[in-house]
Amino acid sequence: MTMHREVLTGKHLMQGDIACAEGAIAAGCKFFAGYPITPATEITERMARRMIEVDGMFVQMEDELASMAAIIGASWAGAKAMTATSGPGFSLMQENIGLAVMTETPCVVVNIMRGAPSTGLPTEGAQQDVMQCKWGSHGDYEIIALAPASVQEMFDLTIECFNFAETYRAPTFLLADGFTGHLWERVVIPSREEIKTVERKKPIVPADKYVPFKPDEDLVPPMACFGEGYRVHVTGLTHDELGYPKTTDPKIQHELVNRLCEKIRKNSDKIIRTYKFMLEDADVAVIAYGIPSRSSLNAVKRAREAGIKAGLLRLITVWPFPEKQVEELSNHVKAIVVPEMNCGQVVREVERVAKETPVHFSSKIGGEPHSPSEIFEVIRRAAKA
Amino acid sequence: MSKGRSMAPVVKRKKLAEVEWKVIEDFCKGCGFCIEFCPVDALEESEKLNAKGVHPPKLKSEDACIGCGLCERICPDFAVHLETKESGGERE
Amino acid sequence: MTVLQEFEKHPLAKYLRLERFPHIWCEGCGDGIILNCFVKALDDLGINMDKLVVVSGIGCIGRIAGYIKCDSFHTTHGRPIALATGIKLANPKLTIAVISGDGDLFAIGGNHFIHAARRNVDMTVICSNNFNYGMTGGQFGPTTPLDSYTTTTPYGNIEHPFNLVHLAAAAGAVYVARWTALHVKRLTESIKKALQKKGFKFIEVISPCPEIYGRRNKLGKAIDTMKRYRQICEIRHGYDPAKAEITIEKIIVGEFIDIEKPTYGELLQKQFLTIQKR
Ligand SMILES: Cc1ncc(C[n+]2csc(CCOP(=O)(O)OP(=O)(O)O)c2C)c(N)n1
Ligand code: SF4
Ligand SMILES: [Mg+2]
Repeated sequence: MTMHREVLTGKHLMQGDIACAEGAIAAGCKFFAGYPITPATEITERMARRMIEVDGMFVQMEDELASMAAIIGASWAGAKAMTATSGPGFSLMQENIGLAVMTETPCVVVNIMRGAPSTGLPTEGAQQDVMQCKWGSHGDYEIIALAPASVQEMFDLTIECFNFAETYRAPTFLLADGFTGHLWERVVIPSREEIKTVERKKPIVPADKYVPFKPDEDLVPPMACFGEGYRVHVTGLTHDELGYPKTTDPKIQHELVNRLCEKIRKNSDKIIRTYKFMLEDADVAVIAYGIPSRSSLNAVKRAREAGIKAGLLRLITVWPFPEKQVEELSNHVKAIVVPEMNCGQVVREVERVAKETPVHFSSKIGGEPHSPSEIFEVIRRAAKA
Repeated sequence: MSKGRSMAPVVKRKKLAEVEWKVIEDFCKGCGFCIEFCPVDALEESEKLNAKGVHPPKLKSEDACIGCGLCERICPDFAVHLETKESGGERE
Repeated sequence: MTVLQEFEKHPLAKYLRLERFPHIWCEGCGDGIILNCFVKALDDLGINMDKLVVVSGIGCIGRIAGYIKCDSFHTTHGRPIALATGIKLANPKLTIAVISGDGDLFAIGGNHFIHAARRNVDMTVICSNNFNYGMTGGQFGPTTPLDSYTTTTPYGNIEHPFNLVHLAAAAGAVYVARWTALHVKRLTESIKKALQKKGFKFIEVISPCPEIYGRRNKLGKAIDTMKRYRQICEIRHGYDPAKAEITIEKIIVGEFIDIEKPTYGELLQKQFLTIQKR
């Protein structure tokens, strides 16, 4: 039955949002809960049609608080689960994103960023939720966020998000700008065998020996799901390794919260992906992610033609922040240029890590992404300074 | 025994089950529900003080309990329960 | 014999996480009775504890999930029904019970309640209605009676309370009942019935909160509240839930709604079969 395939192997002209939905299905997503919002609605619509075909479950919830809660529930019931939204909905999800962090629930949250604050610019892309993605829920925690810059990556990185979520038992984010979400481009979907998928680690001990939140060496505990006979208690309260609330012992809070952060930080080498272009001899490095990275590539080429030794570091992983890569780079370039579709978010991280190296920020909000010439101008100024 | 309208079905002092009435004294918080709502008024406060500083309930007499199980159910603290007698009815 | 050894002999011991007792609830709090009746219902039905999931929200009653020896989730405030919807839809073989408070289910989580009832998702929702927010020290909530005193209605409550059974029935619940913490046997039977029935079932349990709500409204000790239930409750099965408003003089209890309607899962399954055939 051709129409019921989970992996649509072949070459397609696809929209970014749809590629994301197909990536999720190829990764083994069996549960989608969502609430429509521009520019992420197409993901929800695609999932409404596709989930049932692949033996999965689609539900349109009453709001994004419910969608986020539902995917946590579904994940504990054993399904790979995802939701997709944009700024306003992302804000509503924040409390339960913290619940997913605290309960170590593998799940994928897609945020197709649009102009903000508030209802902002529904139909215009932006990159204004990058810090919210890292810090939006209360408390200290680490998450993983990937930023696609093409429709192909909308597909590939959604799979990657599921794999990271399952590996590290943490909510994982596809942080795309509305332009990439709505872009139509060619996507090559490999065969099912060529797609690497990861399943969560299961306990290898019987129920009476199982300690639900006792981590292995990689700091990630094996996960028994509901209905498997392990009778797990899950709570958003600070809990001991048995999963029981322990709210008066500072040591338990210290150990738990630190482990939740460390399981991501310690594995950051395995999580961080970047793309480097002409950086070896560069004097000026552009650091970009998402749609501005495309104009940046063009601008770097133009700068080279104009005799400026420019290069590009494209962040595919935004969180955890690629500190090492940026630091190394800052040690051998004279200046850094950061174009973002916000008033300055990732640039703060770059400045923090780059220390002495001058950082030139190029902000663009309100609709149009940066043009290559805009970025080229900043590169030229940076090279002169 | 005037207790107003009882919620429990009217029961005569007839044994419904051969059981042993048990109390986990240190679980009792002294709410008094079992004593108040026992349909045959079989319970009273004991003189003992438990770890929580309250008087747990006790049977008024050996055979006062008819085994209806209301006290077991209405105890918010799982302090009272009925144990099925091993050799049912032998003692009666 | 240690207390734990004594507790192990309790006929319901195997359903409880014994090491977590005594529980956190105050003397005479109805939440312990709800737990007691709930596990008794499980015992009577011989429920497969490996396939039962209890989900609760935040509040005093929200702690209930952590005392029952099955898969259980103590969620965020207001979200247990939404989270439970995800569990049920992802694994329809599981039996789901949501047990939470009046504030959790009807203030912050009210939207999830009405939509889950409308969808007719297969789950049993039990509300411990103690007329206030016990956990946070006794603020008013969506069921607090007019004129009652709470820490945030120091001059008396001027908000009209929800009639929960009416709300549940109007939203589409297939089974709606109300009992008090005094009606232990009937409550247990009601829980059994709900757990066996398909669709969205709702049971309201009027529950004493002596330490917080009771104290502020001079209701005496828990036992006085329970005696009052005995005086003012009237059992009326099949009564129109719209008319079953709780007043100072009267609390109508009983089974109000018991109907059949295809569940979300059943309708989905039907759709699934047609699509797979295509
Ligand atoms: C988002 C959020 N807001 C507020 C709170 C604080 N809070 C905890 S429990 C509670 C009220 C609980 O009331 P109810 O559901 O009636 O349960 P009860 O304690 O009365 O059993 C509140 C407001 C919270 N935990 N989360
Ligand atoms: S505050 Fe009220 S609801 Fe909470 S445990 Fe005490 S009596 Fe029960
Ligand atoms: Mg309450």
